[in-house]
Order: sequence, then structure tokens, then C-alpha cells
Amino acid sequence: MSKAINIVTSTVVSLNSENVDTDQIIPARFLKATSRDGFGKNLFRDWRYENDNEQQPKKDFILNNPAYKGRILVAGKNFGCGSSREHAAWAIKDYGFDVVVSSFFADIFKNNSLNNFLLPVVVSDAFLKRIFDVVNTDPSATLTVNLEAQTITIDSTREQENFDINHYKKTCLLNGYDDIDYLLNMKSEIEAFENNRL
Amino acid sequence: MGKTLFDKIWEKHIVRQIDGGPSVFYIDKHFIHEVTSPQAFTGLNKRGIKVFRPRQVVATADHNVPTLNQHLPIREELSRLQVETLKKNCAEHGIELYGLGHPFQGIVHVIGPELGITQPGMTIVCGDSHTSTHGAFGAIAFGIGTSEVEMVLATQCLLQSKPKLMRINVEGPLNKGVLSKDIVLYILAKISASGATGYAVEFAGSAIRGLSMEARMTICNMSIEMGARCGMIAPDDTTFNYIKGRLFAPKGEDWDKKLAAWRQLTSDPDAVFDKEIHINAADIEPMITYGTNPGMGMGITARIPSLDEVADQEKMSFEKSLGYMGLQPGSALKGQKVDYVFIGSCTNSRIEDLRMVASFIKGKQKAKDVEVWIVPGSKQVEKQAREEGIDKIFEEAGFMLRQPGCSACLGMNEDKIPAGKYCISTSNRNFEGRQGPNARTFLASPLTAAVAAITGKVTDIREWL
Ligand code: SF4
Repeated sequence: MSKAINIVTSTVVSLNSENVDTDQIIPARFLKATSRDGFGKNLFRDWRYENDNEQQPKKDFILNNPAYKGRILVAGKNFGCGSSREHAAWAIKDYGFDVVVSSFFADIFKNNSLNNFLLPVVVSDAFLKRIFDVVNTDPSATLTVNLEAQTITIDSTREQENFDINHYKKTCLLNGYDDIDYLLNMKSEIEAFENNRL
Repeated sequence: MGKTLFDKIWEKHIVRQIDGGPSVFYIDKHFIHEVTSPQAFTGLNKRGIKVFRPRQVVATADHNVPTLNQHLPIREELSRLQVETLKKNCAEHGIELYGLGHPFQGIVHVIGPELGITQPGMTIVCGDSHTSTHGAFGAIAFGIGTSEVEMVLATQCLLQSKPKLMRINVEGPLNKGVLSKDIVLYILAKISASGATGYAVEFAGSAIRGLSMEARMTICNMSIEMGARCGMIAPDDTTFNYIKGRLFAPKGEDWDKKLAAWRQLTSDPDAVFDKEIHINAADIEPMITYGTNPGMGMGITARIPSLDEVADQEKMSFEKSLGYMGLQPGSALKGQKVDYVFIGSCTNSRIEDLRMVASFIKGKQKAKDVEVWIVPGSKQVEKQAREEGIDKIFEEAGFMLRQPGCSACLGMNEDKIPAGKYCISTSNRNFEGRQGPNARTFLASPLTAAVAAITGKVTDIREWL
């Protein structure tokens, strides 16, 4: 399976909270695994279930509302703050999201997402509000995220915004390349650097 | 134009600048622990490669270890497997491990400085956001995710974009009862939990210069709570005196050479920052948080904002947060009952913190209905506490001195605060569920936590000094 991302058109799951920290995305007690797989089922665990019990979903939480599903997660500002746990990005990706939209991402979370081919899209506060408004009235509304063109569009209203991403990262995502491949290819340059500092 | 402290270190670590992209950034020291490293080693093994510079990596087990009976096998199977996996990975790749039972074991951000591994001018990373702690020595230190842990293990490098630079100046003498924890909670309350996102922050000013290394670490530790990439403080004699003589500190001629270089590590007088903030130390009171992010803090005698004092777009999050905490908008916290007191974490578990708490509570008794856990940051802190007789003072007061680890800072092991209970904690995060499902956290300084242990309530330490 190719990891590359280019154009994603999908309905969205809208999480209208600010400062969603990585302890909410995946609570620490689920970090005991030694592999990268299967974190999706514990995504937002304590917001999703009463008493940590999968038989007792919290009705008012968006992931439990069958009207909202899709490959795009939209959330309030400062998403992914707190702990550096990459498990947060793994859980979101494993659950089935390919894009996260917010007006502001915490630094480490943003890097972690990019390293897992989960595209963080930063929009203006006003555009974010428009997305929430449109999706709240019509859960079947779709967004289109076009990485090549760096645009995000509310399909029903044709409202569109451009988003930033650095050129290097964009190339990686479009082609499914890892940072680590890039770095491994420059080992001798790194060794030369080390020798020069001595 | 002059250079900032950050610039000086940054420039020395650039291996290559990618056109229109990040820089290839060289890492001097890499700390790893059991929770965020296993998948990185799996990645290396899949690629069939070895750790590139094992001698620049130091490992410990801290996040998920029990804090009682550490000599026994870990009861919980998954936790045991994580700790054993770390052991196996370190052995396979030739990495020094200060694991359970080792005299140097402890919270990664406590042991690095205490062993003299953390030094000025270095670049330091760890798969833990509070790596910013090491910046107190005038290093660029920041937390990374597991994919990045893998990159550093494989190549000793990371791809990094240069952050913007901010300086926060705190000037003037500190008020009675105010510790460095209060300074950082005050800054957080002022600029919010995202106030420094995208910035590297240098803390400066006479109030910062006057702090001990332990106290400086507390501030840099929590710079991540403002969203900062890293926090740092220019090294000075306080720094050099702290490092000198420690196990891995430079010795002899090497020391003199390093010291001369370290003395250059300050922001030039004409250096320009993208943003500067000025704070008058006289405005800072003992602080406490009332909400579910570290930016939701206030002076201990203040009132929680009322609903009409909160901006419209923040009302929903604010109400949710207070609902979780079981608190009313507009109410005071002073006098609020607490059930648990946790003194520990990489923010405040060093020997200075323990000494301060001990000297305050000596001869006093904890309130009956409060449970008090003291969790030292490292084996060495624990040992020193015992040698100084601090353990006896805790025992007599009814406090429980446990063994080193992250413990109730993140509630990954058994040390969880029960649902609905209030815990006054010297750690760094009051997120929902951080200390256990539905646990409620008040962040405060070690002194404010200590006095709450005695009275059983949120108390103004100034009335006791
Ligand atoms: S004490 Fe808490 S914040 Fe510090 S390293 Fe451990 S879990 Fe992270």
C-alpha cells in the first residue's frame, strides 16, 4: 500500500474543542504496547466511553454519532498539545483519518503527523468556524484537501483557502518518502561533519 | 547584528541546509526510555541497521515503573514487557542503560543533569516533551516523537526548521513564598498554553539569574506547556558550579577548554528576538491552577474567572474544563479540600525540592484525610534524602517516600489518583485524566503542595512563613 497522500475528498468528523491534548487523544495507560498498531480503538478513549467500558459509549461524543464519519478530522485550535507521544498520531491514522484540520497545531504533534503520513492542515480561525458551521448543519458535507495545490475547499459552498506546508515535506508526502530514508542517504556527510567538529 | 544564545548553538549543529526545507540538525545527546523507544528499535531492525552512535545515547526506565518494591519483578505484564524490551534493545545495540535497580536510574530529565551528561552548548533530544528541562544549562533540548527517535538512533540527526525566537525577561526580587514553579505558572497564565508555540524561548532577567539550577530546570521544564519548541537559560557561574565534579563532567584541561567556550554562550547585547515579554517579579504570587490545561492558573488568593470574563469562543472549553474539575466559575480555590498530595515528577522532584518540603513540614503532621506521596526523581536523590535524614522527617509527618519514577505525573503505572478526587501536584500537567481517569489536578509549587498536605486544603503558604 502506498503511503502517499495527494487529494482527499471526504465527509468530516468535527471536534469543536480547543487545546485537545495528546493525553485525551490516547491516554497514557494505553501506551504500553511495543508495536505501532491497533491504537485506533483507544482513540479519545475517555471521551468516547463511560467508565472505560466499550459497552457504554458516551452518546454526545462525536465519534459515537453515526452521522459523522470520514477521513478528515477537524478540531479547535492548539490541537495535539502536551505529551510528545507519537501514539497520538498513530491512533488517529489507525482509526482511519488521513487529514487533521485546525487553526493551530502543537509543534511536536505536527511533526509526528507528517512522519506518519497524516496531513495536518492549518486554516484561519474564520475558515475553521465556517467548516464547523457547515458540518454542524449538514453532516454529509464534504471537504476536499488538495496537497499538490495546497488548497482546502468546502465542497458545497466552494469556499476555499490555501494552506502552508514546507516544500520538502510536501514532496515526501506526495511520494511516500520518509525523513529517515533521506538521512540514511547522507551518512558520509554526517560523518564528515562529526570529524570537522573535533 | 548580534546573535542569540539559540543562534550560536543552532549554527554549530547544521549538517546541511535543504533548499526550501528544514535543516539537517546534529544531535549530541539522545536520552531514551521504555515507552517511546520500542517501535523505533523495531524500525531499525526492519531496516537491518544498527544504532549509529550508541555512546551518545543514554537509556533509563522511568515512565512505567512501579514506585514500590522495585526489587521485585514488575507485576503488570505489559509494563514488564516494555522494560524488558528496553533492556534487550540496549544490550543488542550497545547502549548504556540505567535501568531498574541501577544506582543511577531515575526520571530521564533528572538523571541527565545530575550525572553531568547535560552540558551547555549541546543539542539534546528525547522521546518526551519535557526534554526542554535540559535547556536550563544553555542547551537546545526538545522532545521528539518515536519516528524521530528512530532517525536519531539511525543517523544522530533530525530534520528541523528553525523556530522563531522569544525572550521572556523576569526582573526584580521574588516575593516571599514564591518559587520558580510560581514564576512559570504565572507566565503560563499570562501567555496561555499556546502562547509560545513555534518559538524557542530564552528566559532571562535578574529573577532568573538568581535561581539555583534546580529552580531553573523547573522553568525550562514547563516551557513546553506554553507550546515552546524549547526553553533555555544562558549558562553562568551557577551552571558551571553545578556541573563541576559530576560524573560525566569534563575534567582537568578539558574542563578549562570547555568552560572558556561555555562562557561565550549568551545572547549578544544587540541580538534581536522575534518577540520579547517583560515580567515584573513583584507581581508574582504563589500560584495554583484551576482548570485542565497549565495555562489556567491564578494567584492562590484569586478567584476563578466568571463566565462573562471569558472570551466567547473560549466559553465552551472553559465550562467543560470547570465541569470536569467540579468547580464553579467565579469561586475561590483557597480552602478547597484536597485528597492527595503528589510531590514528584521531572518538574519538582530534585533534592532541593525535597529539602525544601522537609524543612517546612518538620515537626508537623499531615492532615488525616490526605494521602501524601513523595516520589524522588532518581535513585541518587532518594539516597541523598536518606543520608540527610529527610526520609525520617517525611515518615514522622505521615508522608510516604516512594521509589523513583514518573509515577502519578502521568498515571501510567499503578500510581493513579482515583476518579473525582482532588490532587495538588508539583508536576506539570493538569489535563483531563492525566493522573488517572477523572482525577482532578491542581498544579502548584512544592511549598504550596506541602502546606496543603498539612492543612488538607488549598492554603496560602505565605500565612505559614
Ligand atoms: S515525570 Fe512526567 S512529565 Fe516528567 S518525564 Fe515523567 S511523565 Fe514526563
